[in-house]
Amino acid sequence: MAKKNAAPKTMGFEEPLIQLRKKIEELKEYTATADVDLSSEIDSLEERLAGLENDIYENMKPWDRVQVARHPDRPTTLDYIPLIFKDFIELHGDRLYGDDEAIVGGIGSFDGQPVTIIGHQRGKDTKENIRRNFGMPHPEGYRKALRLMKQAEKFNRPIVCLIDTKGAYPGKAAEERGQSEAIAKNLVEMAGLEVPVLSIVIGEGGSGGALALGVGNHILMLENSTFSVISPEGAASILWKDSALAQTAAEAMKITAPDLFGMKIIEAIIPEVRGGAHHHYEKQAEMIAQAIRNSFEELKGLSGEELIDQRYKKFRSIGIFSE
Amino acid sequence: MAMIREIFKRNKDKQGTTMPNKDSKDIPEGLMTKCPSCKQITLTKELKSLHKVCPKCDHHFKMTAYERVESLLDEGSFESIDDHIKSENPLGFPAYTDKIRSDSEKTGLNEAVLTGTGKLNGQEIVVAIMDSHFRMGSMGSVVGEKITRAVEAATVKNLPFVIFTASGGARMQEGVLSLMQMAKTSVALKRHSSAGLLFVSVLTHPTTGGVSASFASVGDINIAEPKALIGFAGRRVIEQTVREKLPEDFQTAEFLLEHGQLDAVVHRADMKEKLSTIVRLHTKGAV
Repeated sequence: MAKKNAAPKTMGFEEPLIQLRKKIEELKEYTATADVDLSSEIDSLEERLAGLENDIYENMKPWDRVQVARHPDRPTTLDYIPLIFKDFIELHGDRLYGDDEAIVGGIGSFDGQPVTIIGHQRGKDTKENIRRNFGMPHPEGYRKALRLMKQAEKFNRPIVCLIDTKGAYPGKAAEERGQSEAIAKNLVEMAGLEVPVLSIVIGEGGSGGALALGVGNHILMLENSTFSVISPEGAASILWKDSALAQTAAEAMKITAPDLFGMKIIEAIIPEVRGGAHHHYEKQAEMIAQAIRNSFEELKGLSGEELIDQRYKKFRSIGIFSE
Repeated sequence: MAMIREIFKRNKDKQGTTMPNKDSKDIPEGLMTKCPSCKQITLTKELKSLHKVCPKCDHHFKMTAYERVESLLDEGSFESIDDHIKSENPLGFPAYTDKIRSDSEKTGLNEAVLTGTGKLNGQEIVVAIMDSHFRMGSMGSVVGEKITRAVEAATVKNLPFVIFTASGGARMQEGVLSLMQMAKTSVALKRHSSAGLLFVSVLTHPTTGGVSASFASVGDINIAEPKALIGFAGRRVIEQTVREKLPEDFQTAEFLLEHGQLDAVVHRADMKEKLSTIVRLHTKGAV
């Protein structure tokens, strides 16, 4: 995990921290070379830094979270898999058309139990992003996912889905091959799976393309992940004809983990390493593993039929209206 | 001299009043309807008897939910359900409540879908008809709830479920709650399907976005009306993404049929008979 140690790319809301850190560095450098003792000044600045970090990271605005969720160094499905699961073997292809690398899947073990793991996969650089189509699947990606879910059901092993996509790919070939049908079928078929299904949003949960891996017994979200019907930019351009208002839209659309928890759409929020998951992959993976353990523990007593029933009740109850 | 001038003046006035003005030239509103496709003008009454299909070019006009009931179901057989459910404004979007109220007054519906039971040539079905005149037929909590309850009613009564879709997709103003209606309707359809019951989806113009990517596409049989626009992503979005001009017929019913995404494209005049036959062929002892 070399990425962990690389200087993290910073985000706008972190600007005051960067300034302060720079100043402390400068003072330290100065003390080292000059004959003045500034250690008490440095101490007080470091104290201020700690306070500021608290202020900023404990009070993150929706738009701050969007930025963290999209951070180029944010861990992806393939970063988490070796840290959470053992013996992972990737399985490819939908057996119908091709292998969509925007979704990866396979088998492995968790706490000694065989599981199926499926997740959106985006790239971290241009080359990998082109290969992974920026984590935006075609129909064959969703069909591969469904094939692996059905396989999991046959061998009675739980399924863990990691959600991290801007959305299903809006392309010509995707439409020709039935993007709508591929997503729709996953929703219906996931509803009928007789094994426990966990859906964990690890980054961006963009619309139908995210939901196609989201019909789980439990939906969990990382603290700084988002789940939305449309991107903040898209919402701003539709609602106010101005995509520059994305920041306002991010607040108005209620897309953060605490928002969804409040609307009773998700079961739990998985805490993140301070400042975002990209600051420490291993620690973050351990927090996710703990959440998976908790969910499995809660669901383990349920029979196949009871799992279907639990999923039914969960989604059946979502919606706000009066009568 | 003054008299002569008077005469001319009067004449001028007279001419002014006898000139046929623009209003009287126009056809009284609603009596005639112009086809947006071929510009043919047809008596509205006649158009109605033709199921709102242009007699010259076969253009299928958009239908309101009530027009669909009249055109499709046995006379007087339709009984609506869940007309009392009302939308809230969960995200507090400005003017959302007013928009719902005004569309409700305009269409006579409580939301963008009309649900209930009715008969197709004597065979009972549960039906849901979306109406694109209500917030573009978009799906929020109430649309999802009404469709889910209709599917559940069909499951309990052991009846086929038929839906006519017409929707721009998920409703922005209800955010992720709208998205989750895709999952909610799906879990209900799975239960209906597991009971061995028939689900027919009839996709009408337009069926896109989250509605296309959920119940509209998972019928045991998927039918569309001619030329209906059906697709996941919008044409403009796709053109911007792939940077190429899309074919004229892209995302039409015929395009989908050609690409294996539909069972059939059915003319509205044949819809009742086709649906009725499909239902009959799925009824034990009815063939």
